[in-house]
Amino acid sequence: MTSILTYTFKSLPSTSKWALRFSLRPLSCSSQLWAAPAVQTKSKKTLAKPNIRNIVVVDGVRIPFLLSGTSGLLHRTNVPKEVVDYIIFGTVVQEVKTSNVAREAALGAGFSDKTPAHTVTMACISANQAMTTGVGLIASGQCDVIVAGGVELMSDVPIRHSRKMRKMMLDLNKAKTLGQRLSLISKFRLNFLSPELPAVAEFSTNETMGHSADRLAAAFAVSRLEQDEYALRSHTLAKKAQDEGLLSDVVPFKVPGKDTVTKDSGIRPSSLEQMAKLKPAFIKPYGTVTAANSSFLTDGASAMLIMAEEKALAMGYKPKAYLRDFVYVSQDPKDQLLLGPTYATPKVLEKAGLTMNDIDVFEFHEAFSGQILANFKAMDSDWFTQNYMGRKTKVGSLPLEKFNNWGGSLSLGHPFGATGCRLVMAAANRLRKEGGQYSLVAACAAGGQGHAMIVEAYPK
Amino acid sequence: MPRFIYFSLQVNTLNKELQSEFIEVMNEIWASDQIRSAVLISSKPGCFVAGADINMLAACKTPQEAAQVSQEGQKMFEKLEKSTKPIVAAISGSCLGGGLELAISCQYRIAIKDRKTVLGVPEVLLGILPGAGGTQRLPKMVGVPAAFDMMLTGRSIRADRAKKMGLVDQLVEPLGPGLKPPEERTIEYLEEVAVSFAKGLADKKISSKRNKGLMEKLTSYAMTIPFVRQQIYKKVEEQVQKQTKGLYPAPLKIIDKFGELAMTKESKALMGLYHGQVLCKKNKFGAPQKEVKQLAILGAGLMGAGIAQVSVDKGLNTILKDATLAGLGRGQQQVFKGLNDKVKKKALTSFERDSIFSNLTGQLDYQNFEKADMVIEAVFEDLSLKHKVLKEVEAVIPDHCVFASNTSALPINEIAAVSKRPEKVIGMHYFSPVDKMQLLEIITTQKTSKDTTASAVAVGLKQGKVIVVVKDGPGFYTTRCLAPMMSEVIRILQEGVGPKKLDSLTTSFGFPVGAATLADEVGVDVAKHVAEDLGKAFGERFGGGSLELLQQMVAKGFLGRKSGKGFYIYQEGSKDKNLNSDMDSILAGLKLPARPEVSSDEDIQYRLVTRFVNEAVMCLQEGILATPAEGDIGAVFGLGFPPCLGGPFRFVDLYGAQKVVDRLRKYEAAYGKQFTPCQLLIDHANSPGKKFYP
Repeated sequence: MTSILTYTFKSLPSTSKWALRFSLRPLSCSSQLWAAPAVQTKSKKTLAKPNIRNIVVVDGVRIPFLLSGTSGLLHRTNVPKEVVDYIIFGTVVQEVKTSNVAREAALGAGFSDKTPAHTVTMACISANQAMTTGVGLIASGQCDVIVAGGVELMSDVPIRHSRKMRKMMLDLNKAKTLGQRLSLISKFRLNFLSPELPAVAEFSTNETMGHSADRLAAAFAVSRLEQDEYALRSHTLAKKAQDEGLLSDVVPFKVPGKDTVTKDSGIRPSSLEQMAKLKPAFIKPYGTVTAANSSFLTDGASAMLIMAEEKALAMGYKPKAYLRDFVYVSQDPKDQLLLGPTYATPKVLEKAGLTMNDIDVFEFHEAFSGQILANFKAMDSDWFTQNYMGRKTKVGSLPLEKFNNWGGSLSLGHPFGATGCRLVMAAANRLRKEGGQYSLVAACAAGGQGHAMIVEAYPK
Repeated sequence: MPRFIYFSLQVNTLNKELQSEFIEVMNEIWASDQIRSAVLISSKPGCFVAGADINMLAACKTPQEAAQVSQEGQKMFEKLEKSTKPIVAAISGSCLGGGLELAISCQYRIAIKDRKTVLGVPEVLLGILPGAGGTQRLPKMVGVPAAFDMMLTGRSIRADRAKKMGLVDQLVEPLGPGLKPPEERTIEYLEEVAVSFAKGLADKKISSKRNKGLMEKLTSYAMTIPFVRQQIYKKVEEQVQKQTKGLYPAPLKIIDKFGELAMTKESKALMGLYHGQVLCKKNKFGAPQKEVKQLAILGAGLMGAGIAQVSVDKGLNTILKDATLAGLGRGQQQVFKGLNDKVKKKALTSFERDSIFSNLTGQLDYQNFEKADMVIEAVFEDLSLKHKVLKEVEAVIPDHCVFASNTSALPINEIAAVSKRPEKVIGMHYFSPVDKMQLLEIITTQKTSKDTTASAVAVGLKQGKVIVVVKDGPGFYTTRCLAPMMSEVIRILQEGVGPKKLDSLTTSFGFPVGAATLADEVGVDVAKHVAEDLGKAFGERFGGGSLELLQQMVAKGFLGRKSGKGFYIYQEGSKDKNLNSDMDSILAGLKLPARPEVSSDEDIQYRLVTRFVNEAVMCLQEGILATPAEGDIGAVFGLGFPPCLGGPFRFVDLYGAQKVVDRLRKYEAAYGKQFTPCQLLIDHANSPGKKFYP
């Protein structure tokens, strides 16, 4: 697990050459399948706040999100050890041996052993939590330069012995005499050997996320066809973005014993007919969530260099974007598990003093087609917002032409801990590419939590 | 193009009108070549079909009439079962009795997987049997052992279990909020899913045949062997006999006896109890002005903790206060254990347990009592102690807060005497163990306001209780009825009838717990306390056995189950109980000569029951009880009065007031005033048309 993280670390720019490379990209490839957004007039010039430091993203990288089963290492670059004050990484499924995976990866990546690192976890928004933790450290003046990111290795999750087996092994360690040991061993039963798999299920409700998404889609009357159409859009847009070289945060990655991976491997535009043939994956046999309209579990890692603006400029970097207001929300983990974006969106807009019209770029985490569409419908429903969010009016409808135009988790893949950084980098890159000023990033997470952040373009 | 007709059952019990309407619609469906399949669904969330209308049976005058009702149902369901067009039953909420018989006649069943959706044939609880073919279809569907279990115990089965048993074919998870209220959308969704299955069945894309598991195949094969079948029937019969002691006729009667069964006294008594229970599950005092959201309980003993458990279980924020840390810890552990037992039975998940347990706050002081909407005190039964806590509490609670006293015998007006606001004081008499006993007796004084009563009833209903509201007086209703009977128990023991013999006499009469065991369960010290108090209040009428017996037992520490010794010896982990041989000397010292003319087994049984019944009727006469129905519910649910007799008032109606009075007169001749029948009972005996129930 640490190897891919280490690699991602090492890919972070030590000079501004990454930014340079990206800015040289020809502008001719900006034509969009779904109409490019018109730049709106802004109600606010910039979201800078007096007495609070501006925090910028210098750059971010990720290794291609792979379908679970491949992983490895290739590229090496030099990293300026002393610059980084602090390292924060998000992860979800924790390996017992590397419980503070951020520190292990930082050491392995050749960061200064004087740079402290800690790991955060908040399910699918772990990387978001890593970023905002970094934002907090910079804003409060404690640090200037932070590396934040996330990592997930779904192809090698820890599998535990059963509780009974663990207890017996621990007791055996403590047993002093042969007699005690023998008596313990005599209690062994064959079923002790059945392992405990880590579940993608909610601890509180015991419901898998896909199951909850299916119920959510049904609650908002989202049809199977709508879900398949949305998934197809995601794949088509991702393919186009990939072909046009827009996914510039991806760095190539050599899988040991296999070929070098340069692209996200999950982008597979299909046809509605083919998608319609798939059987429901969770609620069988009549559900609507299928493998084709769900995000898939992947290995992957992402990392971002976050700095105080003056520090970045002093070091000669050309920042990509400002990180502005953010919120975390939480709600019922059973029936509203995946509605985080609905709750977070109006809150963060109000906090920043913006309206939906001010946003040029929307980057939402696509856990499931049904989840995205349910969030659309929830935000556009007076009944829901009044009865469950305590708001007088609905949040409003999201402009699809500005929404996840370079694909999303459905097509690019979703390594639990690493998606947050991808969202922010996609937002920053799209703002630069499409010429907007504000982007709204939002995601839902297990436990019924959600996150949203405003990303503002850095003036060119 | 297939066309689908929906019709919703407006009334969710099967009555005659519905039956004919249903047949009409079904005939239309069968006749139309446009229709290829149908979905049966109720538009009422929380109720598919709650069974046949009991009144339809109760209205039957003769066994023939009742049999006809059953036969009509059978015919209707038979047609349904043979339908060539697939019919899907979409079940949300209770699917009981006739409702389940309807569902299993359909070709396919889809049920909502929630707590409200339960399937079962509870007919046996009313003294009858599934009368519309359920006895035949159920065994085919779930196998003979499971079907017998359902029919003989009347237990309700939750949807997920029903799926495993093969009783339903598909489950639908309830939905959360969307663009409409969750319940509404869930029903819609159930309908959508059911329609897709109905289409699938009509197109033969889905088969309604279920793959049976190996075990099922084996058991169904085994059932074809006559010897095995006989053995199973024999076993079942033994089981039933053991459970019912032959007092309930339904389980062993076969189907063609349905009509006769519906007319038995037992069935009438049980149906009466059913009605009474429905009545006692309503708040006739209306909605209280302020809903109780924050509850506080004083005293974390057996009762206090029990009340706390049933409160947090229903989402009430509850403070549990005790005077000592040890007492509080014990109480909290009791609540946790109660919830954890539910986890073990899979009625709760461990997460739900933790989340429910978090509604409980344990503390030693009066912090946050200023936010309490109701305080229930469950401190030791001592008037001066109750006065002390009442004064302490009134100093900290807000004006609207209700003060309820959980006491089994102390008059509420005496407790309220020191209150600054007696209109807010009320009695709430819970029964031990609180989480198992369904009854709550609420006691109002002259001064208790109607809103206070409404509030107490609302809390009780929330806790899932069956509630009787009675007037204040020594022993209220339940304790007062029990006391003369217990006094008779002591006399019978003194006359030389051993505790084991006494227990078997009472249980064979229909009491769920034997009289001597009951004293041990209640606690001998409590019994002594009550006997002394009520003896003072009512004088000679409550006499009989010698109080000395209880006093000596308390002095020796024979307090019953809680101290390990009473009439019996109780050992942890052992279910067998042996007689406490130390009781022999106490009993010998207090021995009374038995009166042969009133000491036959039957006389002993009737001495106990008639004293109970006489006191109950007197409570109605004095206005302690508002209605006979509440009297019956209180006696059956709180004191274990034989359910097959329907309660003391139903008993008088069915047995005959004259016969009861005759019995009392006979015992009066032997023992005197304790058996003098009360005026109301004599009135009923004198005018045979007079009944407690119309």
